[in-house]
Amino acid sequence: MSKFQVNLKINNLAIAVDEGTTILEAARQLNFNIPTLCHHDDICVAGNCRVCVVEQKGSRLLPAACATPVGEGMEILTNSMKVRQARKHVVELLLSEHNADCTRCIKNGECELQKMSNEYRTGNNQFISLLKEKDKVIDFSSPSISKDDSKCIRCQRCVRTCAEMQAVNALTVAYKGNNMRISTFLNKPMNDVVCTNCGQCINRCPTGSLTERTYVDQVFEAVYDPTKFVVVQTAPATRVAIGEEFGLEPGTRVTGKMVAALRRIGFDKVLDTDFSADLTIIEEGYELLSRLKAALVDGKAPALPMMTSCSPGWIKFQEHLYPELLENLSSCKSPQQMFGALAKTYYAERMNKNPADMIVVSIMPCTAKKFEANRPEMRGSGYKDVDFVLTTRELGMMIRQAGIDFNKLENESYDGMLGESTGAGVIFGNTGGVMEAALRTAYEIITGREVPFSNLSIKPVRGMEGVKEAAIRFKDVLPEWNFLEGVELKVGITHGLANAKLLMDKVKEGNTGFHFIEIMACPGGCIGGGGQPLPTTLAIRKKRASGLYEEDEKMILRKSHENPEVKELYQSFLHQPLGHRSHDLLHTHYYSRKKI
Amino acid sequence: MKNKTIKKVDLIFEQVDHLAILDKTLNRSSEEIILDIIDSGLRGRGGAGFPTGLKWKFARNEDSEQKYVICNADEGEPGTFKDREILTQVPEKVLTGMAVCGKAIGASEGYIYLRAEYNFLLPMLHQKIDTFNNVLKEKKFDFSVAIRSGSGAYVCGEETALMESMEGFRGEPRNKPPFPTSKGYLGKPTSINNVETLVFALMIANLGPKMFKELGTFDSRGSKVFSISGDTPSAGIYELELGMTLEDFVNEFGDGDTKAVQIGGASGYCVARKNFKSTVIGFEGIPTGGSMMLFNSSRSMYNILRDYLEFFEEESCGQCTPCRIGCQQLLKGVEAVKKGLKPPSYLENLQRLSETMKIASKCGLGQSVGNPFNSIINNFREEIIY
Repeated sequence: MSKFQVNLKINNLAIAVDEGTTILEAARQLNFNIPTLCHHDDICVAGNCRVCVVEQKGSRLLPAACATPVGEGMEILTNSMKVRQARKHVVELLLSEHNADCTRCIKNGECELQKMSNEYRTGNNQFISLLKEKDKVIDFSSPSISKDDSKCIRCQRCVRTCAEMQAVNALTVAYKGNNMRISTFLNKPMNDVVCTNCGQCINRCPTGSLTERTYVDQVFEAVYDPTKFVVVQTAPATRVAIGEEFGLEPGTRVTGKMVAALRRIGFDKVLDTDFSADLTIIEEGYELLSRLKAALVDGKAPALPMMTSCSPGWIKFQEHLYPELLENLSSCKSPQQMFGALAKTYYAERMNKNPADMIVVSIMPCTAKKFEANRPEMRGSGYKDVDFVLTTRELGMMIRQAGIDFNKLENESYDGMLGESTGAGVIFGNTGGVMEAALRTAYEIITGREVPFSNLSIKPVRGMEGVKEAAIRFKDVLPEWNFLEGVELKVGITHGLANAKLLMDKVKEGNTGFHFIEIMACPGGCIGGGGQPLPTTLAIRKKRASGLYEEDEKMILRKSHENPEVKELYQSFLHQPLGHRSHDLLHTHYYSRKKI
Repeated sequence: MKNKTIKKVDLIFEQVDHLAILDKTLNRSSEEIILDIIDSGLRGRGGAGFPTGLKWKFARNEDSEQKYVICNADEGEPGTFKDREILTQVPEKVLTGMAVCGKAIGASEGYIYLRAEYNFLLPMLHQKIDTFNNVLKEKKFDFSVAIRSGSGAYVCGEETALMESMEGFRGEPRNKPPFPTSKGYLGKPTSINNVETLVFALMIANLGPKMFKELGTFDSRGSKVFSISGDTPSAGIYELELGMTLEDFVNEFGDGDTKAVQIGGASGYCVARKNFKSTVIGFEGIPTGGSMMLFNSSRSMYNILRDYLEFFEEESCGQCTPCRIGCQQLLKGVEAVKKGLKPPSYLENLQRLSETMKIASKCGLGQSVGNPFNSIINNFREEIIY
C-alpha cells in the first residue's frame, strides 16, 4: 500500500503526494484549479492542448500539469505571469481557428472553451481568423451524431474515447500541421463508417463540435398538432439524470417531476419504457430457457452464450466487428422498440386510435436509439414504431423552452396500460441491471422461489468493474423445469465496448463458460449513455446508478413477471412468450456490416 | 581571402577496420566504454546536443530484459544532408557504432530509422546489414540490426514521434518524462542517437577520448560534419573542428557577399553580418545539427522567413495548440504585415507568441520555431515590413 511519497511545493505551499501523481492532481489536492481542455478523467493523458501549462522552477519550459508526474523538490507556480501569458495565448489561438458562433451553438453555456475564454477575458481577438469555409460544412449524415469541424479544437478527446473506451476507432486523426483534423476512415460520412452512435464522443467533446442530432422542433410540432395523438416513453436512466439539467445533484430521483413536465409540455399520454423493460425480461428470459432446453434436452447446439440486445450501440458494434456471433444475440428488440411496436398496435387498438395518427416519442439516455428507431426493420406495427428519439439533454431543452419550472413541479404518475413498471425494469439503466432483473424472474419461474439474495439485491452483478461474473445454481426446481435441476447458470456482464471486445474475443475462442451475457455499450450502462447530461465522470455515473437502485428498493413490485400490465398484455394480446404476435412485434434480426 | 584557422578533420569518413574496433570493444566492459564516451565530452550530433555518454549510462542503468538501440537517420532538417553521405560512404562504421552502443547499454536489437526520401539507400544498406548481422552471429555477440522506413513527416525526426512511427502509430511526439532511456521503443529503455554521433562514439571507442577532447572547445568537444549550402562556391559536406567563429567560417565558405547565415537549419538561428565575429559555432554559441545556409545580398529575408514558416505550418504534427495554430499565425501574421493589412507593431505580438511557442509547445518542433522567427525579425525587421 505505502507508495513512495514525493515532496513538492505548489504556489509556495508544501505537499507530499504519492509517486506518479501528476502536477494537476497534486494542485487539486491543494485546491488550486488548473484549467484543462484535452484532459478528461475517463481517458488517457494527451497533454496536447497546453492550456494546463505551469511554471517549474529551474526549467526553461512550461510543463503540462496533466501530463507531468511530480518530482522530489519540484517548485511549481500555477498562475505566474509566464503561465498567464502562455495560457491566454493558447485560448486566443484556439479561438482563432474556432467557429465562435456561441450564441447559436447547442453547447452554449456548456462549452469548456467558452468557459475558459470567459475566465481569461482575452478581449479583442488579436490574431487572424483561420476558420476555413470548408470546415463549416456540418456532417449531418448520421441520425444520431452531427460533426462540425469548425468548432473542433483538436483535443482528441473523442478519438481517445472512441479508441480506448469503445474500441470502435470510427474517429481518428488525419493529416498534419495546418490541415490536421479529426476525421473518419477516408473522411467518409459518419453514417458510413463503423460508428456505433454510442455518443460517448459527444459526452467528452469540450465544444459543440460533436453533438446529438436534435429533433426537439419536430417533437414540439407533433405535440402542437391537434390531429396527432402523441405518446412519450421514458427510459429508466433518464429519471436519475434529468435533474442535472436543472441544477440537481446527479442521481436525484425525479421520476414524478419528469412525468409532470412531460404532461405540461403537452404529450397526450406519458408512458414508461420500464414497462417494456419488464416485458423484455419475460421474452428474453424465455428465449434463454428455450436455448438451454435445446442444448440440454433436445441435444441441439443453439448459440450460447446468449447475449442481451437492449443496447443499440452494442448491436451495431457486433454487426460490424463480430458478425459471426450475431446468432448469439437475443432476437428481442430493445425495450424502446418493443414499446413502439406495442404502442401502435395493442395500445392504439385499446385507446381506439388510428396508429397512422399516432406519434411515439422516446426520451432516452442514448444517441444510438435515434439510429435504432430509424432501422428499416423497426416497423413491426406497419408504421415507424418510434417516430422521434430525444436524449435526456434534449428533454432538458424542451422543458426550459416550454417555460416549466422543473424543480417546483409536484410529482405525477405515469398513464396506464404501458406505464406500470417494477423495480426490475428500473434497474435496466445500470450495468448488470438487465441481468439482475432476468435472474430475479428466471429463478422464480424455475424454482417457484425468490432468488436467494437478501432483499432481491444481486450484488455480484452490480458495480463498475469492466467485466463481472456470477453463477446461480437451480435446486429443487418445479417439475416442468426438471432438465435444469442442479444446473449452474453462469452469467457475465460487461459495459463499455472496449470491455465488450475483450469478452467477445474470449467468446470466439469458446472459453468463457457463460450461458448468458449482458452487454451495454456505455460505461456504467445507460446511466452513462451518450445522451445524458454533461459533464460525465465516474463519480457522477456512480451517483446515478445509486439513484436507480434506490428507486428499485422503493417500488412495491420488483420482479418483471409481477408487472400487472405485462400480465394483462399476455392474457389479452400476446397470449404467450415467444408466441406468434411476439415474434412479429417484439423480436428482430440483425445484419452483418462492413468492418471499416 | 581564405582564413587558415578552420581545422578540417577526418574522423567520420576515414575508412577503418570496423571489425577490429568491434573486437576491441567487445572485450571491454560496458562501464569502460561509457566512461570513455562521457570523458570525451561527445554531445549528440542531431542538433539537441545531449551528452551521449550520459544517455548511454541512463539506458544501461535501467533494469530491463529488453533494450533497444535506434540510429536516427530521419535527417529532415532543411539544409542538412550529411547523414545520407555518412550512410553511403561508411555504413559499416554506423552499424558498428550501433553495436558498440548495444554492448554499452545491454541491448540486443538495433534499428535504423531511415527517412523515406533515403529509400534509395535500402538495397545497399540491407546488404551491409545482412553481412554485419552474420559477423555478429559468428562472434556470438547477441545483437542485430534492422531498418524501419519513415513516411516523410519532418516531426518523426523527434525521438518520441519516431518511436510512435516505428510502432505503427501516427508520428506524434510523446509527453516527456518518461524519456526514451527509461521508456522508449515499445516502452523499453532505448538509446536513440544520430547517425554521426554513433560514428563518433565508435571512433572514441577506437582511439580513446583524449584525441577527441583535444579538438574543439570546453563546451564543444571534437569535430562535426557540416552540410554547407546556399550562396557559397563550395557547397558540400565538411568535417570541421567545433568552436570556430562565424566570421572564420564565412571567410572560408562565403562568396564574398554573405549577408546572413542560417545556422542549424530552418529551426536554427539566423545570424546577420554584423554578428559574424561574435558568433561561435558550438554549444557555447549557436549549435547546429550540421546545416549551414549562406545567404548573399540578393536574397530577400522575408521570402526566407515565409518559406520556413510555410514549412513549419505544414510539418507540425498538429497535436499541440501552440505549434499547430502558432505556426499558422506567425505565417499569416508576417504576410499581413508585409501587405500592410496589419501594422508593423503586430510583429511584436507575433514575437510574444513565438516566446509562448518556445516554452509551451509539446516538443522541440514547436519550441524552436521562435529561433528563426525572432532572429530574422530582429536582424531584418525592415525587410519584413517593407
